[in-house]
Amino acid sequence: MACHRQRVKDLKLMANQIRRDVVEMIYRANAGHPGGSLSCVDLVTALYFAVMRLDPKRPAWPDRDRFIMSKGHGCPTWYAALAHRGFFPREELWTLRQYPSILQGHPDMKKTPGVDMTSGSLGHGLSAGLGMALGAKLNGQDFNVYVLLGDGELQEGLVWEAAMAASQLRLDNLVTIVDYNGLQLDGTLGEVIGLEPLVDKWRSFGWTVFEIDGHDMEEILSICHRARKTSTPVAIIAHTIKGKGVSYMEHQVGWHGAAPNEDQFKQAMAELDEERRGLIA
Amino acid sequence: MTKPMATREAFGEALLALGAEREDFVVLGADLGKAMFTSAFQRKYPHRHINFGIAEQNLMTAAAGLATVREPVVAYTYAVFAAMRACEQLRTMICYPNLNVKVIASHGGLHVGGDGVTHQGTEDIGIVRSFPNMTVVQPADAQTTHLALRAILDHPGPAYLRLTRNPVPPVYDANCPFELGKGIWVKEDGDDVTLVATGVMVAKALAAAEKLAALGIKARVLDIHTIKPIDKEAILLAAKETGAIVTAEDHNIIGGLGSAVAEVLVEESPVPMVRIGLRDVFGESGDPEQLFAAYGLSTDHIVQAAQGVVAKKA
Repeated sequence: MACHRQRVKDLKLMANQIRRDVVEMIYRANAGHPGGSLSCVDLVTALYFAVMRLDPKRPAWPDRDRFIMSKGHGCPTWYAALAHRGFFPREELWTLRQYPSILQGHPDMKKTPGVDMTSGSLGHGLSAGLGMALGAKLNGQDFNVYVLLGDGELQEGLVWEAAMAASQLRLDNLVTIVDYNGLQLDGTLGEVIGLEPLVDKWRSFGWTVFEIDGHDMEEILSICHRARKTSTPVAIIAHTIKGKGVSYMEHQVGWHGAAPNEDQFKQAMAELDEERRGLIA
Repeated sequence: MTKPMATREAFGEALLALGAEREDFVVLGADLGKAMFTSAFQRKYPHRHINFGIAEQNLMTAAAGLATVREPVVAYTYAVFAAMRACEQLRTMICYPNLNVKVIASHGGLHVGGDGVTHQGTEDIGIVRSFPNMTVVQPADAQTTHLALRAILDHPGPAYLRLTRNPVPPVYDANCPFELGKGIWVKEDGDDVTLVATGVMVAKALAAAEKLAALGIKARVLDIHTIKPIDKEAILLAAKETGAIVTAEDHNIIGGLGSAVAEVLVEESPVPMVRIGLRDVFGESGDPEQLFAAYGLSTDHIVQAAQGVVAKKA
């Protein structure tokens, strides 16, 4: 247990570091999507540092687990995780959105080592992940495919075409995680087009569904472990907070696609420093 | 292959033959297996064909994902659904990452006939031609459909193969040369005008050349089966040696072969030119030959266009 506690603590520290990098990347680029990047940090950290089978030295290793960030605007989180996992030097993070950079404003599989699928146009990720999971079955490979969906993008019809096909094709190697932070560009999901009852929707499409706190590292690890043992595709509905970790960004729709100014940046870093001190103590 | 055959049917034959030859490719459909003659392939290779149902967007994005694990991927549906329902899928998920997906698009053009406008792909070439990395091919007959499918499977990257719903007469024999990006001189002699045609219009251009000969106009015929990358060399040679060009396609004159040929000529060697095709209108239901006569795509229209363009030569 002591070992497990240490592991969880290390993951929380890594998530804190990734949040710091995300805020700094967006501050330096003076553009990006901090809210939806920060809401998925704990999920992405768990996948890249505890769950997925990877080898950073071989980004194209055929038997690696795949990850798709269907909500491509959350890519600062993905880039930071890839850098800390060793896919490319951390210094690259400060080139986000600039010319020329391996780090595009939305993920480009041809430019960034470790990015398994291009994304950014919402609604495609699950369908692309379905194709990969199908490929594993056709080739007799045993890798898993993880797809991170934004909640707002579930309004896209393609997501449900893919959901329908994945259960028909019995893709038990496909796991999708919904980053359910409840906010989209124009407001709350409830104000725009609500998703409830979301668990029932996935279940009725033939998926095994888990509902978790998307910021509780132990719960994320435990559910990802269980997700490998089902005979159907798995949807994990992760309740999250948009802007998580930076007080003035949390639950604020205005931080969907805005960069912090200098004072705001300093405040965010001070808050994340304080969180870090609390984790170490 | 001496009988007329729809190129969608030739695709089904070619797929079956290539399935035995190579084990790499996987075929994805969208509830059009019977319509695109893949049933025999499905029976013989049940694990290499997956039916996605009536969901073309999922078909194309899943094809992109699959192509990162297993390639090439052949994804087939009708032209309107491939190029329009799944337009962004082709652009952003297949062409942008340059993935090895072959989009097979049946029901190109007014030649579809009775099904009417919803099923007549008449703007598809213009759409897919504008995507970087995309190769666009339209065979003139069953024989070149076999060769075209083989060629695009050997080509590492996205490709779009446009086919006909209805039978087309044979243009070529079994010894036909076929190379992606290289036009075929179907009729090489004649210095008055070049008829540059693609798909179902190649046979009509040949017929027009015969009628023109009787009128004292010597026309060459060039089959541009690969609309992108286009054979600049052949088009510039035609411009230089005949000084006048008529393009003929079963597609809107905006964006298709006529546009592609004009782009080459305008930049490098402008000569009098006329485009035969749908003149920026939708079609309607009817017998293909009656529709071609009504919409300006008949052999006689090509003849008149050639006479007009020859008269304009300096």
